[in-house]
Amino acid sequence: MSFDAIDWGDIGIAAIDTLSMLGGALGFTILFGLPLGILLFLTGRQQMLQQPVFYGILSFVLNILRSVPFIILLIMLMPVTVLLTGTSLGVRGVIPPLVFGTAPFFARLVEAALREVDRGIIEASQAMGGSTFQIVFRALLPEALPGLIAAVTVTSIVLVDYTAMSGAIGGGGIGDLAIRYGYQRFQTEVMVVTVVILILLVQLLQASGNRLVAHFSRK
Amino acid sequence: MISLRNISKAYPAAERNVRALADIDLDIVKGEIFGIIGASGAGKSTLVRLINLLESPSSGEIQVDGRATAAANGKELRALRRDIGMVFQHFNLLNAKTVAQNIAFPLELAGELARPQIKARVQELLERVGLLDHANKYPRQLSGGQKQRVGIARALAGRPKILLSDEATSALDPQTTQSVLRLLSEINRDIGITIILITHEMDVVRRICDRVAVLDGGRIVEKGAVEEVFLHPRHPATLRLVRESEGDEAENGLDLAQAPGPVYRFTFLGDDTQRPILGATAREFGVDYSILAGRVGHIRNLPFAQLTVALVGGSAFGAVNRLQAAGVVAERLSDGALSVTPRAVNG
Repeated sequence: MSFDAIDWGDIGIAAIDTLSMLGGALGFTILFGLPLGILLFLTGRQQMLQQPVFYGILSFVLNILRSVPFIILLIMLMPVTVLLTGTSLGVRGVIPPLVFGTAPFFARLVEAALREVDRGIIEASQAMGGSTFQIVFRALLPEALPGLIAAVTVTSIVLVDYTAMSGAIGGGGIGDLAIRYGYQRFQTEVMVVTVVILILLVQLLQASGNRLVAHFSRK
Repeated sequence: MISLRNISKAYPAAERNVRALADIDLDIVKGEIFGIIGASGAGKSTLVRLINLLESPSSGEIQVDGRATAAANGKELRALRRDIGMVFQHFNLLNAKTVAQNIAFPLELAGELARPQIKARVQELLERVGLLDHANKYPRQLSGGQKQRVGIARALAGRPKILLSDEATSALDPQTTQSVLRLLSEINRDIGITIILITHEMDVVRRICDRVAVLDGGRIVEKGAVEEVFLHPRHPATLRLVRESEGDEAENGLDLAQAPGPVYRFTFLGDDTQRPILGATAREFGVDYSILAGRVGHIRNLPFAQLTVALVGGSAFGAVNRLQAAGVVAERLSDGALSVTPRAVNG
């Protein structure tokens, strides 16, 4: 194995692509997943805006999105992606499927994190005359912050995994490099380097997530 | 101040309706500390939550401060709740907020005061509950008693007219319980706030309540002044609660047939407790007495003594009359009299 043959410039570009896919997709995942998670929580059984039918439908749709293997979702969503971004290739071309793949997952994590908040806190806030809106934004979300940060951490790691997969359909990034050079051209050293980079990225995300959770935990 | 008329509350369960409360009639007077006592599952928590509409009654009418509350919704409901503070057994403080932020929270939700005003009010409350040094701590750094003080300060922040206390001392040790009860009682005295206090401990009622209602199986089985209910319990449920607080002492297991003479229960209340009236009367009527059981203590600040004695020789009748004339309550416990017969509840 010779590491001299590696084109570090290619790896650098791929790393930047991976990071932009990760950042872009994570942003949109939170943007869509957080309200969905809040809605799931509020309309759930015995909750403030209990709506069994609505909850059932939303839950069903999210479950369907979560059941489709990501690689299938990538292909299935191509027309939608082209419609949204004008291309199904590159960083822009994979962000929509990434968001479709992780937002439902993130929404579930948000729902679970909100459920972890002591019901007594909701009751106390209601007794103080708080509106549902106030209770969500001034009591529930701040109380659930450590859980929400943990949810973002887990979701971002899932996204790293998915960006690697999206390389397969021309998404670019580290995963793409690993498949094209490492697998298809038998350049094992490229594979090793890309895998090491992915490992480091995941470790970094998890470690910073843990630190933030610890910082915001007041329990 | 608060009146509940013919209230019932049923929860729709899987098959049949579960009745939590039935036929509740209650009037709570402005400025009093009203106790609602009952074993767990008696419906106390549901009852208190009807007052600030965390629960709504299945039937009946509730008035708070002269206004019927049933129609309130949205904004009106939230305004109504802001006039009623609530303290919880498990404090229900926000863990992500400091002590000062927790106390400020209801004021921020109300959105009526500017930031400097809120700050001043919080400072005032911190001082009132003795937590000035802990303003910037988080709840997990506090002891149970301190947490409940934060809970009380938070409940008082919006200057409510009514304070609901749901088992506020049940999670605290006896000493902390005392200091929290003292604080509640001081607040009642200082600002004249009406307090409704839910508890399963007769001791709590005895220490600070003016009047009490005993809840059993979702119904009020006895209500009245604490002196009356505590010293002369009529209903078996009340008797059970009184005996629990006495640590199963007093008249339990007393065999009247073994007593050397007629058995009486004498109750001395207030100043009578201090006078040597029992001995003097006994001497005068040539009566000997043996004390079979007794309890001595305070109801709020009022001293009381209740002695169960057997009278031997002399003129027992005359002695009892003399004691009654002096204001002592005398009850003759003939055979089987210790098994109390329930009487109709009166106001």
